[in-house]
Amino acid sequence: MDTASRVVLIGGSAGGLQAILTLLPGLSARLNAAVIIVLHRQSSSDSVLAELLAVKTSLPVREAEEKELLLPGTIYIAPGDYHLLIETDHTLSLDYSEKVNFSRPSIDVTFTSAVEVFGPQTMAVLLSGANDDGVEGLADVHEAGGITIVQDPDTAIVDFMPRHAIQAVPVDYVLAAADMASFINSFAGLMVG
Amino acid sequence: MNRNHISEQEVSMLLNDVLERYGYDFTEYAHASINRRVNHLFQLDRFPSFAEFRYRIITDADYASRFVEEITVNVTEMFRDPQFYYALRQQVLPVLATYPLIRIWHAGCSTGEEVYSFAILLKEANLLHKSVIYATDINTSVLEKGRTGIFPLSQMQQYSRNYMEAGGVQDFSSYYTANYEYAKFRQDLGGKIIFSPHNLVTDGSFNEFQLIICRNVLIYFNKMLQDKVLRLFCDSLEPLGFLALGSKESLNFTTVSGQFRQLDGKEKIWRKHHL
Repeated sequence: MDTASRVVLIGGSAGGLQAILTLLPGLSARLNAAVIIVLHRQSSSDSVLAELLAVKTSLPVREAEEKELLLPGTIYIAPGDYHLLIETDHTLSLDYSEKVNFSRPSIDVTFTSAVEVFGPQTMAVLLSGANDDGVEGLADVHEAGGITIVQDPDTAIVDFMPRHAIQAVPVDYVLAAADMASFINSFAGLMVG
Repeated sequence: MNRNHISEQEVSMLLNDVLERYGYDFTEYAHASINRRVNHLFQLDRFPSFAEFRYRIITDADYASRFVEEITVNVTEMFRDPQFYYALRQQVLPVLATYPLIRIWHAGCSTGEEVYSFAILLKEANLLHKSVIYATDINTSVLEKGRTGIFPLSQMQQYSRNYMEAGGVQDFSSYYTANYEYAKFRQDLGGKIIFSPHNLVTDGSFNEFQLIICRNVLIYFNKMLQDKVLRLFCDSLEPLGFLALGSKESLNFTTVSGQFRQLDGKEKIWRKHHL
């Protein structure tokens, strides 16, 4: 199977999980992009999170493994307590270096790494959260010509992260979680066959 | 992505410089992570240009040492992944107990927190007196720290929790003396640990072991280097020896996978077949 040519990045912190659960059911079963989710969380029970998300979508959901090749139509979750990086050959690398913005996995780290590889073929979505992680990564995606989406702060459980992102980055779309899937579907296009 | 960013190509040039001049081979490290770290150092030390950064590394051996220290990841903690240590305690120590002399290699040990953790397990199983732990790392300055057995006191609360989750029932603070802001671990623990430099990329096997621990090192290597290092581990293990890796590392899809069987449970611990 050929690797993904487009990537959809989804980052969230406090309240981000609810937004993800809201947007997942709307994703097309033939989504022609790899989806990478970076979610701040306390527990390291990654398999529980993967199971929780898998219920909401027909797309395969897996915990990202190192050296794994990014495939279109697959959802990857950054594992707890590691940063997730993307190599130029579209394989995944894990990194246990210092926390960034007090976070590991860090949204900034993954967003920045992914857009260096996918450039304008990147869509980044930043959701509810109580800190700044993700804002700089969102700026990098914008600079590289990718598409940026931020959750409408008025609809976010915790509005700090989206509000700050909107102030710092000229984002393309500000949307409620329920409206995001159609934008992701049209960016990714459909797999043929 | 910012104005002052070192490209992947430039990082490759630097790594070749470091290999040619100093013999440290980072060329088979996974790129994304090493690019990030090189860029981090470049910005941290405020070089105005890549050319100046490169010149400094080539001409200043002290700075080159700093380069090596900074691009290798040295984040660690005691009893990291407590369940892993619980599994060692339950499944590996009873087997090690049957040997007259226990030889352990902890590769890529960084500042030694995990080495001291394992020494505590050996102590509690009454095996430390007949054990030798070789703790190695590419980075000589972290080995110095490991040798002192002195860690920040501020971490001890977390480490004590980890210790208990790993099945520890003693008073964790009995293993160190607190002094101002530091905790110095007991001499009987450190006395069985030999800290010495070893480069997994270029150095070979130096003994036969019943247990090799190497956690969160392989994730920084590319596939070829991972295979090479795993063959080194395989060659350095006695028949029926154990290999213990980090929580996201695996022998699946590697050239040595056929020579190992994973222990029951979720932990990343394998046992070498009897040949």
